[in-house]
Amino acid sequence: MTLYSQKSIEKQTFEVDGVCGMCKTRIEKASFKNKGVKSASWSIDTHELTLIFDTSKASLDSIQSSIARVGHNTPLFKATDEAYESLPMCCKYRSVEPH
Amino acid sequence: MKYLLLFLFIVTALNVCSQEVISGKVYSLETGDPIEGVAIYWKETTLGTVSDVNGDFEIQLIELPAELVFQYLGYKTDILTIRESRFIDHKLSEIEVEALDEVVVSKTKATIQKTYFKPRNVVSISSDELLKAACCNLSESFETNPSIDVNFSDAITGTKQIKMLGLTSPYLLITQENIPMVRGASQAYGLTFTPGPWVESIQITKGAGSVTNGFESITGQINTELFKPISSDRRYFNLYRSLDGRNEFNLRLNTVLNDKWSGGVFAHANQRIRENDRNDDGFLDAPTGDQLNLLGRLQYTNAQSGWVGFLTLRYLEEDRESGEIHAQAPNELRINAPWLSQWTTNRFDASLKTGYVFPLRTYQSLGLQLSYSDHSQQSNYGHRVYDIEHDSFYGNLLFNSIFGNTLNVFKTGITGAYDRFEEVVDGSSYSRTDHSIGAYFEYTYNDIDTWSLVLGGRVDSHNRLGTFFTPRLNIRYTPWERSALRFSAGQGRKASNIFAENQSLFFTGRSISIESNNGEFYGLGPERATNYGLSFLQGFSLFNRQGDLTFDFYRTQFIDQVVVDWETIGQLRFYNLEGRSIAENLQIEMNYELSKDLNLRSAYKTYRVQTDYTSGRLERPLTPKNRFFANLDYKVRSVKNPESEWRFDLTYHHIGTQRLPANIRDGNNFFAQSYGLWNSQLTRAFKTNFEVYMGFENMTNFKQENPIVASDNPFSSNFDASLIYAPVFGRMSYVGLRWNSKK
Repeated sequence: MTLYSQKSIEKQTFEVDGVCGMCKTRIEKASFKNKGVKSASWSIDTHELTLIFDTSKASLDSIQSSIARVGHNTPLFKATDEAYESLPMCCKYRSVEPH
Repeated sequence: MKYLLLFLFIVTALNVCSQEVISGKVYSLETGDPIEGVAIYWKETTLGTVSDVNGDFEIQLIELPAELVFQYLGYKTDILTIRESRFIDHKLSEIEVEALDEVVVSKTKATIQKTYFKPRNVVSISSDELLKAACCNLSESFETNPSIDVNFSDAITGTKQIKMLGLTSPYLLITQENIPMVRGASQAYGLTFTPGPWVESIQITKGAGSVTNGFESITGQINTELFKPISSDRRYFNLYRSLDGRNEFNLRLNTVLNDKWSGGVFAHANQRIRENDRNDDGFLDAPTGDQLNLLGRLQYTNAQSGWVGFLTLRYLEEDRESGEIHAQAPNELRINAPWLSQWTTNRFDASLKTGYVFPLRTYQSLGLQLSYSDHSQQSNYGHRVYDIEHDSFYGNLLFNSIFGNTLNVFKTGITGAYDRFEEVVDGSSYSRTDHSIGAYFEYTYNDIDTWSLVLGGRVDSHNRLGTFFTPRLNIRYTPWERSALRFSAGQGRKASNIFAENQSLFFTGRSISIESNNGEFYGLGPERATNYGLSFLQGFSLFNRQGDLTFDFYRTQFIDQVVVDWETIGQLRFYNLEGRSIAENLQIEMNYELSKDLNLRSAYKTYRVQTDYTSGRLERPLTPKNRFFANLDYKVRSVKNPESEWRFDLTYHHIGTQRLPANIRDGNNFFAQSYGLWNSQLTRAFKTNFEVYMGFENMTNFKQENPIVASDNPFSSNFDASLIYAPVFGRMSYVGLRWNSKK
């Protein structure tokens, strides 16, 4: 149950790069890896991640870095090329140039 | 068991369907928005696809390098050279609008939605799908839905009876906006009290459902959502007329009063004046009479504070007459006057729902549902009398929250119910008060992609059923893309309101006997059953068109049951089950988009519904062993005016052989022949807000000859108007119009 004081709960929305339903699953799962994340929802349309989390247990820094570690850019962290390359084809959000 | 093997075999066979694809997304260069409906194909091939509502697309991979064409009306056509198999992110730029001279390519949302991710086997039906039904109320809304079977109940009332998993509606939980609705006194005709045009959507849950609404559901749940004042059209009306003399009128008015309050008034009236007796048996084929149905609702939403509220009031009155109404000179051989039947229903419903969503913690909420209904029916069927009064109170206090995070959700709460019944059956009176209070807890785990689980239980204390526990379980597993394997199991129990649930017994001359075992309900014990089932859904693409395939197997096993025994001529016996009673159902369903705007839906269903009667184990009477269903719908949009369109709908039902109980018309061991029914409908939409429609039901004019047993001697014990396996009325045509306004 959630018996924390009202003050420590915070809601934050920011952009995370991604493409499809598989990205959504990966981004949300990475967010939930952080203890204290109550709710995480990424929108395929707007690329916005809405988080509700307990600031006494998790920080925006730690959450964003775990998202970047699975290959998705966040406002604070850029995914490493290595993590990005390991994403499946349909999740490659860095665009290709038309010829 | 053989079904299970077949099921596993097909499931394994499907596992080989994945193929190499390349995916991408198309946006507009100017606005950055995704573009839906872009034609994307490999140059000089026929291999192509269309982007979806999010601009996403997938196309089968061919040998690279290859040229991929992006074509969309109003945008410049682009050709990309694809050298490697990776995600394609592409922006299209607009061209001048004057160049437009073609029809816009678009894709509409399916009117029946299957869910891939929910743990329960739920099918959602939108209001657009309900338009396909000829008419006019909930009992007639399932003709194009394979999960529900529609049967003809008797030759007097003309009402349709629904079944799920081979069992009649009393074993279903029927709710309106999650408040139990069709139960007790309204069991026989309650579905006819909700007009179709009031309905926004229907959710059908097959198998064990949630514990949050009580312990009564056994085979599944049907929930109806009515239009909400805040979101629906401001004004709507519909007129309908069938050429056999039924007229219907529907109206919805909604208004948004301010940023918090909105309200709505719904009205429905129907009447049938014309007396039809096409089969010349002296009895009306359908009753005459009328219904008036009014509903008012007030909705409160305060996004800042988190409070929501909903008050709904409804009043209904209905009068019906049937029987030998135009028999001027009764049969000479008969001493009695014509067999006449009249029934009147008055009903009032009130419900109040309030909810509070915790600010910031939007995953946490508190809700209270309260409802009251007062139902009164007076009826005479020949010499028989059946009157019932049913007052009912229901309350549910519900708390939703999480354990740690939203992957672990729970619901808990308490429900209370009070029901008072007063009945007069022929000469006898029955009165009964039932009350119960219960607490429930339901936990849902969802790991976002591969699996989810709902585990629920409730403990109830009931003045007649005692204190008992009701468990329910649902599991969903996604083994590979676009699939869902589901398992459900649960138990339910209910009081059997033997007369209200079996009103067709009054359309017979049978003598009623209740073989009491000193139980709490009419001397009989309650009913209890377990239900479990397995379902597998697989979406697929074939020739670049979408489809899905579903296999469902469900089994209901009664532990206690009130057996309704029609097997002895001239008698109707009620007694508690001794032995076995089961209902098994296997359904294979296939939906496929044959071409743009042409959709096929089809299903095959087979049943084994057996009960141990005192005379031995028999298939349940009037339950077809096999059924087949197919529906085609087609849309044509005008080239000049995209707002106008034609819609065409064709439905076929094959109803297999069914056993009839012994009677003097058919003798012993009679099986009614199988038959097919064709329905069609044509709609012309002139604008998005005005359309007219016409249709035919039972186009091949198939009828059951002599539907009434001993119709020439209706006061004899052999008389029986309930042994109906096919339409009584032949071909029927209808016309109607609909108009709505957003303002």
